[in-house]
Amino acid sequence: MATTQATPDLIASKRVITVPPAQRSLARQLESFLPYLLLLPSSLFLVIFIALPMVQALILSIRSPEGVWTLQYLNTMVHDVNFVDALRNTFLLIVFAVPLQFAFAIVMGLLLQNNLRGSSLFLYFWTIPLAVSDLAAGLVWLAVFGDRGYLNSVLRITGIMPIAFSWLSFENYGTLLMAVVIAEVWRATAIVMVIVVAGLQLIPPDYMEAAEVFGASRWQRIWHVQLPMIRPSLQVALILRTILAFQVFAVVIALAGRAMPVLASEAYSRYGELNPNGAAAYALLILTFSLITTVVYLRTLRTSEEEMGR
Amino acid sequence: MSATAISPNSVRLPADELPLNAGANRPTLGRTLTRIALYALALTISLFFLVPIYLIAISAFSPQQAIFAYPKPLIPTTLSADTMLFFWNARGVQQSLINSVLVGIMTLTFALLVGAPAGYALARFFFRGRDSFKLLILTTRAFPIVILAIPLAVNYIQWNLYDTLWGVALAHTAMALPTTILVTSSIFVGVSRELEEAAQTLGCNRAQAFIKVALPLALPGLAAAAIFTFVLSWNETFAATILTQRNRTLPALVLSQIADVGAPLPFRFAAGFFLIAPSLLFIFFMRRYLLGMWGQVVK
Repeated sequence: MATTQATPDLIASKRVITVPPAQRSLARQLESFLPYLLLLPSSLFLVIFIALPMVQALILSIRSPEGVWTLQYLNTMVHDVNFVDALRNTFLLIVFAVPLQFAFAIVMGLLLQNNLRGSSLFLYFWTIPLAVSDLAAGLVWLAVFGDRGYLNSVLRITGIMPIAFSWLSFENYGTLLMAVVIAEVWRATAIVMVIVVAGLQLIPPDYMEAAEVFGASRWQRIWHVQLPMIRPSLQVALILRTILAFQVFAVVIALAGRAMPVLASEAYSRYGELNPNGAAAYALLILTFSLITTVVYLRTLRTSEEEMGR
Repeated sequence: MSATAISPNSVRLPADELPLNAGANRPTLGRTLTRIALYALALTISLFFLVPIYLIAISAFSPQQAIFAYPKPLIPTTLSADTMLFFWNARGVQQSLINSVLVGIMTLTFALLVGAPAGYALARFFFRGRDSFKLLILTTRAFPIVILAIPLAVNYIQWNLYDTLWGVALAHTAMALPTTILVTSSIFVGVSRELEEAAQTLGCNRAQAFIKVALPLALPGLAAAAIFTFVLSWNETFAATILTQRNRTLPALVLSQIADVGAPLPFRFAAGFFLIAPSLLFIFFMRRYLLGMWGQVVK
């Protein structure tokens, strides 16, 4: 990176020398002004459509439409019938789905490094879910886990379980959670895998060759060369995946309907009840968790890195 | 990390091209077994991804009564367009499909018009605040659209954007913009600056040099970024549902039918297949760009 970044400066200064002095200052001024001009549209856009709403979400959740500052909405949220369930479900989904996504993604990324025949076909199959929405992923797994779905059909046909089981009923919380976790793993592993593959390709081949020459086994190479090298990519992916998992919504609606409240579906419900303040309280909660996640991950990962360096 | 010797497209050489390793690579029983195990693992993973798609496909192309049958055969006895037609003719579906396409096109247009200049600036210029802007972009990427949707809905009512396709497209642009900026920036980094400089010494002004030289070279990458943005918009459900009431996009319509009305199973399966079908094609055509688009995190 550093080398490519040095060149434009060099060329720019060379060119300026050939320009007459009077024009030079104008050209220079324009040149120094141009980047800010180019950034202006997106900066404005980000302020109006991201920064402003973010502040408004905060205000909405602590101020009534009449302009009174109040903790009433946050208080109501905490005492909602579904609040504790929504919180627990969201956290359980993250605790189960995110580590599984990373484990699968790393295995798949490393598998693709083995020069298997048909690697590009495997890569195609494994990346299909990249373009699948969470809603569609939920509907796909509904065909499998539904009461008259294919899982029950297979169990019946093979005689393993003659009576249909309600995998998605709220009475069978364990299997309901499992179904949503599987759907999330199916959908979002590809994103992590692509990041892993991109990271693995950035490792200079000499590193692997050197490790091989010095007699490192396959596992040693993975453990001591490849995984440490893709650490920075994994960190960013971990933060993004966890934050996105806090907003899990359509998968749950498609698979469980209202049987499994999560934070985002509660926000959706409040909004549907014409209570944007109540909805904003949930949005604020999700935002808080997202920020905490980022800080905690950055802290822990940095400390462990320092320890490794010692 | 040093910049030398890192090329994103570097293809790993098979180990047997190294003289030192020539002996080690001779197939032994252990090696063959490992190889077989690796293939078995790759095939199993592929089945995990493909079988559910097969199942939703045969569900969507079964007659409606077959969807309620139990147990269902894994190889369908009769195929019919009945279920898909039921979905296609359900109220609002065709209009919402048109809406989805329109919102997608608007989103990619806005995102490129607003984002590409910023991407270009990050790729070509060194200015005070460059790093902080980049950091800001990376941070906004983590801000979820679920949080933005609710205050935006409140604003949209005041701005007369509520329940309009424009409103949804603008929200989707906000969601896609940080990624668009980062991706276009990496595209322009890949277009040699020397060529633009050459055009300028040959008499083009800065804008002409950009339009005649840099833009055509960046076009394939920009097209890929545009398609990527379209897919983000096509798949987005939460904001689209919150920000519309009658002018639904397809995912918003399907979601509200499921969550609020309790749509019947044939509708759900046909909808699921209908939403997935474009992604099969999309990933097939975008294979080459996947790593650059989604894999971008630390570059």
